[in-house]
Amino acid sequence: MCYNGHVFRRVIVLEDRIPPTLATLFWSFCKVGAFTFGGGLAMLPVIEREIVTRRGWQSEQEFVDVLAVAQSSPGAIAINTAIFTGYKLLGLPGVAVATIGAVLPSFVIITILAATFTATTPSPVILEFFMGVRPAVVSLILAAAITVGKKVLVNAFSKRLALSALAISLYFNWHPAILIAGASLLGYLYQQVKRRPGASS
Amino acid sequence: MIIWELFASFFTVGLFSFGGGFAMIPLIEREVVRSQAWLTAQQFIDILAIAEITPGPIAINSATFVGYKMGGLWGGLAATLGVVTPSLISVLTIAYLFGRFHGAPQLKAALSAVRPVVVVLIFSAAISVGRQTIVDVPSATLAAIVLVLMLSTKINPILLLIASGVVGIIIF
Repeated sequence: MCYNGHVFRRVIVLEDRIPPTLATLFWSFCKVGAFTFGGGLAMLPVIEREIVTRRGWQSEQEFVDVLAVAQSSPGAIAINTAIFTGYKLLGLPGVAVATIGAVLPSFVIITILAATFTATTPSPVILEFFMGVRPAVVSLILAAAITVGKKVLVNAFSKRLALSALAISLYFNWHPAILIAGASLLGYLYQQVKRRPGASS
Repeated sequence: MIIWELFASFFTVGLFSFGGGFAMIPLIEREVVRSQAWLTAQQFIDILAIAEITPGPIAINSATFVGYKMGGLWGGLAATLGVVTPSLISVLTIAYLFGRFHGAPQLKAALSAVRPVVVVLIFSAAISVGRQTIVDVPSATLAAIVLVLMLSTKINPILLLIASGVVGIIIF
């Protein structure tokens, strides 16, 4: 029953799927570059909406894999995500258009600002606008965690692992790259143990 | 050659910053203020303020701004290219290896453990940004409304961000 439901949803997603082109990939990451405020994972809901929900280019699972790589590589997360997604969807030309797309809005806006303004005191209206945007960014990130979490935390192993990681990140403040590296090692070892004859689940 | 120095400095920033976002700020500060003395501390704070209220990754925004101030349009281009290059090299290497070992049980096992951790990392990002931005009743209310809308409707997040900004102008 549950299994059938899963397959059915997957078919719908595949039927809706429009194959990515260089132009749509460029445009998608342009939007990501233009509407991510605050840096880091703030861009995540916008990317998820573009790549997973709207275009159906990747499943939630694949998207999480991309994020794991983006967070454990050097550089900006949005750029790393653009590079990995571009490569997976359309190879090296995909990398070029996705990366340029993600960088272009910043580049144009900042160049214009740097060229025109000397003193940098933004008007109160702009500051108030961003006081409204920031709480919304928090909720967008939280919503992304919940949406992705529903797809990923499906068995006892994943739930236990998530709780341990939460405890570690709250109390020890370890770097994401270390947590990701540690988890991948743990997953590998867990599989080795599980494959031994006589072991269950 | 300022163009080359800009590229090299921001290459260093890109190479040694993991995790993105605000994690990159101390590195940028070290390169731009302390090691190269291209900017004063006050100018650097001004740039951060600009980077925060303009869209896009903070690293790209700072690179473009500093690059333009020091070397014009080509300076901006060189600095931006510098900060992106380490990402290109490392992510492409990983993407290539991912493709090569696609479907391998070891990779599958590793990823099955990495995914729950990524969920937690996203959650902690929300918490740490939330601690700084959700500070009073209006901001908490706004965040709660956006969260409910995000989870129960299919509204575009971009639209929600703009609407929240407009609400911010009205209530703050």
